[in-house]
Amino acid sequence: MLKINNLHANIEDKSILKGINLEVKPGEVHAIMGPNGSGKSTLSSVIAGKEEYEVTDGSILFDGEDIDELAAEERAHKGIFLSFQYPVEIPGVSVTNFIKTAINESRKARGLEDMPAKDMLKLIREKSELLEIDRKFLSRSLNEGFSGGEKKRNEIFQMAMLEPKLAILDETDSGLDIDALRIVANGVNKLKSKDNAVIVITHYQRLLDYIVPDFVHVLHNGKIVKSGTKELAHELEEKGYDWIKEEVGA
Amino acid sequence: MDLKEKLVSSFLAFENKVDIDAFVHDVRSDAIKIFEEKGFPSKKEEAWKYTSLNAILKEDYSVFPKQENALEYKDVKPYFIHDIDTYKIVFIDGKYSSHLSETTHDGIDVCLMSAALSKPKYQLVIENYFNKAAEKDSLSALNTAFSNEGAYIHIPKNKVVEKPIQIVHFSTGSDAATMLQPRNLIVVDENSHVQIIERHQNLTSNAVLTNSVTEIFANKRAIVDYYKIQNDNANASLIDNTFIKQKDSSIASVHTFAFGGKITRNNLNFYQEGERIDSILKGITIIGDKQHVDHNTLVHHIEPNCESHQDYKGIFADRSTGVFNGKVVVEKEAQKTNAFQANNNILISDKAAINTKPQLEIFADDVKCSHGCTIGQLDESAMFYMRSRGIPEKEAKALLMYAFSNNVIASVKIPELKQRITNIIAEKLGVNIGFDL
Repeated sequence: MLKINNLHANIEDKSILKGINLEVKPGEVHAIMGPNGSGKSTLSSVIAGKEEYEVTDGSILFDGEDIDELAAEERAHKGIFLSFQYPVEIPGVSVTNFIKTAINESRKARGLEDMPAKDMLKLIREKSELLEIDRKFLSRSLNEGFSGGEKKRNEIFQMAMLEPKLAILDETDSGLDIDALRIVANGVNKLKSKDNAVIVITHYQRLLDYIVPDFVHVLHNGKIVKSGTKELAHELEEKGYDWIKEEVGA
Repeated sequence: MDLKEKLVSSFLAFENKVDIDAFVHDVRSDAIKIFEEKGFPSKKEEAWKYTSLNAILKEDYSVFPKQENALEYKDVKPYFIHDIDTYKIVFIDGKYSSHLSETTHDGIDVCLMSAALSKPKYQLVIENYFNKAAEKDSLSALNTAFSNEGAYIHIPKNKVVEKPIQIVHFSTGSDAATMLQPRNLIVVDENSHVQIIERHQNLTSNAVLTNSVTEIFANKRAIVDYYKIQNDNANASLIDNTFIKQKDSSIASVHTFAFGGKITRNNLNFYQEGERIDSILKGITIIGDKQHVDHNTLVHHIEPNCESHQDYKGIFADRSTGVFNGKVVVEKEAQKTNAFQANNNILISDKAAINTKPQLEIFADDVKCSHGCTIGQLDESAMFYMRSRGIPEKEAKALLMYAFSNNVIASVKIPELKQRITNIIAEKLGVNIGFDL
């Protein structure tokens, strides 16, 4: 589904990603871990199509197609979803209207009619229940004045509504208390299928107790320096990242 | 002959054509003298520093437009709020159009200025109110001198007018260039409530310059909501002079939706002549090309315990330019005044510009006055966020801009009008998305 070959990316001439190789197949859950500043968020932004980043070498193939030239919205239409580490507040646009617009624009891109209002309401009800979201919350301005937990739950709610093929969860666990973490992880698990895939980007192993990865990759200094299974995450939790740095340095 | 000379020399001919009431004749004669003395304003005047009329004064305007071209309702229906029942006062090239209008004398007067100025039954109201709110500046004086036609609305006390009133001015290009001087008088007596929607529409590419004066009197506990839709074509310019006098506990609001025209100048003045008055001034400006919109507001707090709320949003594309000049005067007697003013702008082009200037003159010591101006661009991180969810760039921009102006739209009390404004905004922003936020 996703195939990243030797990906190099810069922001304002500063090299951040220095040769990433990663393959994600349908049905898989991948975790990308690594210390602060290792390039985790850059990788997710580059996959999602943030324009500030310049891909200088390598390629990103999604379902066999090179997506380097595609705008962020076109990637979204193909089924890529990024859950933001810091969801942006948009005063004046309600959660409902935002998601409605997003869904209908995606449908338009696929040559479909707008979703009938009745179906939309039903879908919203279903997915908000899944994430234990209060109905009143849906008429509030998007992310405005939301707590950290509410923002993240809202991200996963949008993911549930959009049903992406590939979901990238960027530090979704940060700022969550244990109850919110459980709700969010539960939501992600319920959405998982043999046809879609998840990349969990996290600093800590905590979230991986709930969303269990098939593969764990360690990102350091713009490269994946170690890959393994979920046991690697436990090892990192116990020993920290220093031993990896030493191993790579050696 | 330049426009000023042409106007001054036309004055006698004008007065010969209309019914002359002694009182009105004196008012007009004084006014033409003021205009003759002052002439058109120039950029040397502080209040006109950022708006030049030179380009539009060069046209050879017909001061007495030809007789009306016929218009069929079906052809101009889109310019009305047509999905609700309303009173209508409609003018074509400055002349009253009876077949497009729906006036009334049933308990309230919704009719013509020309009738009010000439018929004895209106004489008392005219003498009490006509030209009693308008300033003596040159453009208002020019309008006063040629005042003859427009809307006359008198709501006696204790009436809630159920239907909104639409005042619509069409120009049909019967002359190569037309100058119009509509004059409206609106008197709302104690405890009464009225909603008015005003629109000017040029139907051809011939030049039109409208110099309009509207006087509004909100007596005790009256509620007046006035909505201005300014969405004219690139050959139409508008100088709108609106003066509102309020008495105790009245609430008056003016919403100005400035979406188009060549040059648009809004002079909007509120005078609070009583206590516990609320004055509300709101506006959305969305323009592009080389359009120019200038909002020049004044709120004069004269008595204690009153409020004013100003909220103007502007979005400027291409080489368009905007001006916001908001003056708030709080007299020494006007203690416990609460005056709020905000002007927020987004420039979506490097070549667009906005000049914004709050002016507070406060002589009382126990007041709450605040003002804030911002000029910014669209938030890039919000753009990426929306696009990453599948909303294309253009639609994402539109949604952000709509959200930016949403609190002004939200305060429109007529749902059908709110929907219409929303549609015009979507059209202006070039998107086909429903903004039912």
